[in-house]
Amino acid sequence: MTDVTDVTHTSDVLAPTTPDTGHEDLPDLHAPPGAGHGPEGDHAAHGHEDHGPTGILKWLTSTDHKVIGLSYMITSLILFYMAGIMALFIRLQLASPHSSLLTFGQYNELFTMHGSLMLYLFAGPFAFGGLANYVVPLQVGAPDMAFPRLNALSYWLYLTGSITMMGGFLVAGGAASFGWVAYAPLSSVQSSPGIGGDVWIMALVLTGFSAIFTGVNLVATIFYLRAPGMTMFRMPIFTWNMLVTGILILIAFPVLTSALVMLFCDRHFGTHIFTVSGCQTVTGATHFLSNGHLYPVACGSPLLWQNLFWFFGHPEVYILALPFFGIVTEVLPVFSRRPVFGYKGMVFATMAIAALSTGVWAHHMFTTGAVLLPFFSLLSLLIAVPTGIKFFNWIGTMWHGQLTFNTPMLFCIGFLLAFLMGGVTGIMLASPPIDFATHDTYFVVAHFHQVLVGTAVFAGFAGVYYWYPKMFGRMLDDTLGKWHFWLLFIGFWVTFMPQYVVGLRGMPRRVASYPSDLGWQSWNIVSTVGGFVIALSFAFLLWNFWKSWRHPIPAGDNPWDAHTLEWFTTSPPPHHNYTHLPPIRSERPTWDYNHPDAIVVPHGPHAEAVARARSKEPVG
Amino acid sequence: MKVEALFLLFLGVFFGLVGLVYWFTSYDDGGGMMLLGTSLLGFLPGLYYFFWHKRFGGKKFFYWGKEHGAGDRPSDRPDATLDEGAGEIESFPGSSIWPFVLGMGAFLTLVSLVFGIWLIFPGIALIISAAVGVTAESRRGGHV
Repeated sequence: MTDVTDVTHTSDVLAPTTPDTGHEDLPDLHAPPGAGHGPEGDHAAHGHEDHGPTGILKWLTSTDHKVIGLSYMITSLILFYMAGIMALFIRLQLASPHSSLLTFGQYNELFTMHGSLMLYLFAGPFAFGGLANYVVPLQVGAPDMAFPRLNALSYWLYLTGSITMMGGFLVAGGAASFGWVAYAPLSSVQSSPGIGGDVWIMALVLTGFSAIFTGVNLVATIFYLRAPGMTMFRMPIFTWNMLVTGILILIAFPVLTSALVMLFCDRHFGTHIFTVSGCQTVTGATHFLSNGHLYPVACGSPLLWQNLFWFFGHPEVYILALPFFGIVTEVLPVFSRRPVFGYKGMVFATMAIAALSTGVWAHHMFTTGAVLLPFFSLLSLLIAVPTGIKFFNWIGTMWHGQLTFNTPMLFCIGFLLAFLMGGVTGIMLASPPIDFATHDTYFVVAHFHQVLVGTAVFAGFAGVYYWYPKMFGRMLDDTLGKWHFWLLFIGFWVTFMPQYVVGLRGMPRRVASYPSDLGWQSWNIVSTVGGFVIALSFAFLLWNFWKSWRHPIPAGDNPWDAHTLEWFTTSPPPHHNYTHLPPIRSERPTWDYNHPDAIVVPHGPHAEAVARARSKEPVG
Repeated sequence: MKVEALFLLFLGVFFGLVGLVYWFTSYDDGGGMMLLGTSLLGFLPGLYYFFWHKRFGGKKFFYWGKEHGAGDRPSDRPDATLDEGAGEIESFPGSSIWPFVLGMGAFLTLVSLVFGIWLIFPGIALIISAAVGVTAESRRGGHV
């Protein structure tokens, strides 16, 4: 099934009758790239196999975006399981008010590392390093990412960063324990001595650079390596979302990386960027006189850390959301048998979400009393509008469609419900009076877990089930996938709904023990049970992988009868991706190619004229 | 390149406006500076694409009709055929050990600040060897 000559089998079955080409021998376009150099010519002769090294050396030296994308996904999935196990320990600790399962220090390390792994090392890299790395070049018809060696470098920085972060558990004093946000006075060397914090900082510097390089690579690939006819407004929505995500990465990650360098300087080199000590001149004066007023000498401020961190942190939330919105927008049309509803609306909504998300960072700092409440509240509430447009379009895509409830589709519907709940509580929290009451309680914890589990887990694993056949040429078992989905879906609501309740009853986050007479325990027990149901559901995913490894079900090139370009090539795609391309005349070229006689809903430049012409034809 | 240029210039204009509103309502140095930087991040590549769009002969930058400039790339034109994209796209290395070497060098250099400064010597050595190696590989054409 991996034979590259299979790519032509589509044209044997369905002769392309698209008016633009009308001939079966599609131009041999993209292979071999750089034809004319010596060695590549040979590749063209016998079919684009990779003659590079094999085994471990292949993994170490590959610059193929598919190998790197898979490495990213496997690494981030391992880290996801580790972070999930940490979450189970946290839930076990909270199941009783004064549990002695963990010491307070261990508990702090665990919730810090759970957040850091999930946010920095799983959700982001899984999407923009893994899925996007694999899928975006295929979707735009490119042979590889624009900078293949840079792509490989960003994987190695990600891997070493992950190892460094996990290594925090092995160093003296334990891993970082100041929360994944590392708020300033707590992350100083006085409050968090030991090298766990330094290890955490260096791990994030490494992964930060990795993310920046991937962002550059994605933007350059999408701008420069699109196939002829693949205009910007014909790109699949997933690719659009990855473009916007790439731009957001370039906005956000440099701020984080530089803030981390400043924090490291504060901890070791005696600077006072995030501390208030040092507010004096060399003569010892703490104030200076100017124009008849006495001003304090400029000095560091702990609040500056929050300002810088959340300028990264809020776009980061959308870096973790937009790729997954893209996955959902790929999956829903395929399993609804319809083109995506409101294509341009989706694109502009994505851009609007990204643009607004960069202007809302201080809504995480409402309770500091040092930020401009109306500005940040207004912009935060405005994000609901483009997100609502997206929901409208997703439902519009499914409306009157011929739905089939395969596993990817179920995960997408699970995403819609989960993200809706997380989004609605997000709108509540964007209002400062509600935020004042619920800040740092389990209400916020439940909110962002519902958002992020909705995106990174429900939509992320929809992407895994959807693209797994393309990556390995094998199907994942649908029954096991449905077990995975339903257990996850039940576990998700059982885990996080009680957290809203305990949050509203005042339970603060990041506590390892709590009073037993406030009625919090029963809700926490329910939440813990839900957590274990989620863990059980992910055992089914492992079982599914094992089953597809031992008892493969061949997938063929296009098992879902999907729309976008990546389903045109073989599964898995050959070295440099394509031997042939279909003509690209809409945003779903593969579907057009496979269904030349289908009645197409008119869209594109001449849609109105076509629709008028069609309306005069007799129906049926 | 028109859509790409407009996309980035839009970012620049949007964050410029947000930055102005934010600055004159809050006078916050940090946030104002970051929004200014974000605005420039849009303008810098956006103007670059705008320049190349003009250079390619795409005259009608703010014309929203369906006509296309003479110099639009095949990937910018909805009616482009696949033959127009034939030819050399880019040189893609098939495999290379140097990204791994460079990654390990960067890793050792960074953790040397935590675990002991002596690690910086192997780290820098790996970075330099990777720089030399990847340059030589590019000149040779690489293993493709």
